[in-house]
Amino acid sequence: MALRMWASSTANALRISCASKAHLSPAFSLSRCFSTVLDGLKYATSHEWVKHEGSVATIGITDHAQVITRLQYTADHLGEVVFVELPERKASVSQGSGFGAVESVKATSDVNSPISGEVVEVNSKLSESPGLINTSPYEDGWMIKVKPSNPAELESLLGPKEYTKFCEEEDAAH
Amino acid sequence: MNGLLSRSIVMNLVRFKGLPILQQLHVEENLLRTSSHNWCIINDGTHHPTVVMGISGAASELLEIEPVLRDGIPVIRRFTGGGTVVVGSGTVFVTLICNKEAVADLQMYPRPIMSWTGLFYDRVFQGIGDFHLRENDYVFGNRKFGGNAQSITKNRWIHHTSFLWDYDVRNMAYLKLPKRAPEYRLARDHLEFICRMKDYMPRSVFIDKTVEALGTEFSVRSVKSDGLASFLNTKFSPSTRLLTRQELEAAAFASPVEIALS
Repeated sequence: MALRMWASSTANALRISCASKAHLSPAFSLSRCFSTVLDGLKYATSHEWVKHEGSVATIGITDHAQVITRLQYTADHLGEVVFVELPERKASVSQGSGFGAVESVKATSDVNSPISGEVVEVNSKLSESPGLINTSPYEDGWMIKVKPSNPAELESLLGPKEYTKFCEEEDAAH
Repeated sequence: MNGLLSRSIVMNLVRFKGLPILQQLHVEENLLRTSSHNWCIINDGTHHPTVVMGISGAASELLEIEPVLRDGIPVIRRFTGGGTVVVGSGTVFVTLICNKEAVADLQMYPRPIMSWTGLFYDRVFQGIGDFHLRENDYVFGNRKFGGNAQSITKNRWIHHTSFLWDYDVRNMAYLKLPKRAPEYRLARDHLEFICRMKDYMPRSVFIDKTVEALGTEFSVRSVKSDGLASFLNTKFSPSTRLLTRQELEAAAFASPVEIALS
């Protein structure tokens, strides 16, 4: 059962969109295509990242995913993530299956879990500030923390170099 | 658009007339989540005026709750993103539910999907009324007549549209001016912002042309509306739901507090 986290979206969206207008003018838009991939994380081909520390894994969506989402809306000043749907603590997640969704103006997009396990913590900041997913996808915009039920699953994920190559191939194909 | 290759992709077409919108949305959510086929659903009107909000819609922000309660207007929260509409017998609904492979080289993100549908409807309207996709709306000139919403899963997407073939002006009174609006709206109120498709094209012609355009993109297979049940997963529980009277009354009380705090 999803825990609905309501966004005070308008104020955040307007603040963020004013900043993003400066970034999305033609001179800057090309640089935004080179989204960040961090070392020390593992990646899924559906554009989620995992940071495994001890008995807990933190999960979010990658810069690549949020960049594409934002670039779509160059002409639409409210293209940021405006709502995030997250599971409750103690919910089970499984590798490759949806655990929540992000909403950006007209669309909800599923977010899939890179690993299986039990949700131990949910990022409550995302209810008031869903735009954190855009501005800080690897830090303040983390979505859930999971106790992995099968740590071997992490081996099947991509490392930073492989993920970067995957993104480049995906972008080149379109 | 790669019409030649896509024509080998099967698109199941099912048509309804006057199906209640709640039922339509339940069918759509079921097919998106549990079917592996491509679907086009056309519902020619819905029998009762209904308010439909997007997944994160807050009734207190979006609706004039008192008239909604007074007139017994059902309020639905649907599973896709996007804004709030009042639908009724004058609304024509067209929905596309597609696998990743249904449209060659289409990236599974909101904007590419939105743009592709703009090209699709370019074929339907063929320049009539200066039709185009403007931001996320279908417009004639700068007036909206079609509103869109989407949901994207790992391997499938849904894009559904409510077309204002006609509308009752009185129904607009149920909606507040939205806080989040496209730039081209320019603070126009509802009646200055929208237009009726009936002023541009007969209803049956629009539906026929949509089916025709579908045929140029896909291999269309008609499914009878009473045959749809066999494609639905009876164990699936949709998230789309009717708001209860208690929820609407609570939202009505929320509004003055919001105003006081703003």
